[in-house]
Amino acid sequence: MLMRAGNAGDAGSYRQLLRELTPVLRAAARRGLFRAGMAETDAEDVVQETLLAIHLKRQTWNEEAPIGPWLWAIARHKVIDALRRRGRRIDLPIDDFIEILEHGDTEPNMIVADVDRHLEGLPVGQRNVVRAIAIDGDSIDEAASRLSMSKGAIRVALHRGLAALAVKFRKTDA
Amino acid sequence: MKTGDLIRALAADAETRTASPQRALALALIPGVAIAFGLYFAALGLRPHLFALLGENPRLVFKLCLTFLLACLSGRFVLRLVRPGADARGSALLLAVAPALLAIANLVELLTVPAALWSQRLVGSNAIHCLESIPFLGAVPLVAALLALRHGAPEHPALAGAGAGLLAGAIGAALYATHCPDDSPFFVATWYTLAIAIVAAVGALVGARLLRW
Repeated sequence: MLMRAGNAGDAGSYRQLLRELTPVLRAAARRGLFRAGMAETDAEDVVQETLLAIHLKRQTWNEEAPIGPWLWAIARHKVIDALRRRGRRIDLPIDDFIEILEHGDTEPNMIVADVDRHLEGLPVGQRNVVRAIAIDGDSIDEAASRLSMSKGAIRVALHRGLAALAVKFRKTDA
Repeated sequence: MKTGDLIRALAADAETRTASPQRALALALIPGVAIAFGLYFAALGLRPHLFALLGENPRLVFKLCLTFLLACLSGRFVLRLVRPGADARGSALLLAVAPALLAIANLVELLTVPAALWSQRLVGSNAIHCLESIPFLGAVPLVAALLALRHGAPEHPALAGAGAGLLAGAIGAALYATHCPDDSPFFVATWYTLAIAIVAAVGALVGARLLRW
């Protein structure tokens, strides 16, 4: 329902959907990494990468089909991809996981290094726009006036910046 | 950047929509197939008396229908492959109808054609030409299909690439079928299959890299 609204361009419902999905994706990412004996610190990277994929590939969801299998397939694909890229190396002793699992679903307050590093690698125009909207919380209009760009140019830079972030995630060899 | 920040950026981008895979594929194949038609008329051209032959040569009709059917079924199949979580088994099974029909046609040919003519029908007069022409005609549709499928999200990129190659190979074969004078199902089963397999293999190789997401 919310995804349909998101596909129709309703930013508010779409944001709500992504927010509600995040804890589920986080649990799935942690479980996947945990099973492979990998650091939970990477889970937030996987969550962000999965959110980007859900966003950039949302046109592949058939609106008549149930959304669950679609979401699950994307999440699984991204966890597997992360495991493959990181070569399944073991990052932390098992004791650390107990503590982490007890944390529950709160967003870790740690810095998620990957996305920031990837953001640095974007062309400056895209980087400024993504930063203004994501970190400074600007709306499209505010970003347009602050960066002296047209709203259309902001939209294009934002979309390209997000797509470029997804590519950079994919090319990470952590 | 925190995850909440990223979500804010994604929501701000909600209005920018990209084309669905089937729309992208259709839009890419229109020029792709048009260019293949152009190459066809420039390099090969219609077989003489094609339309007159349609009425009296069931093998020719079968050959044309089969390649067209394969193009439709593989298009359907590949669109399933690029949707995460979609069940592609049904369309894969349906796709198997094409080789099944070809096998039946070969049986009929075995029963109706004297054994002395078999090798002549199998080798035909254009085997190498067929192996060259189908990939030649399928190349542009393959590029178009692969680029369009980047809008999709295949769980198995190489398989989706192979599907795109199958589709492009079938388009090339359908065009070539209107040129080639060899109509025997023996010929089609051997040389058309081999030529389409070449296109599918190229699609799988390229797709494994290009269709990752």
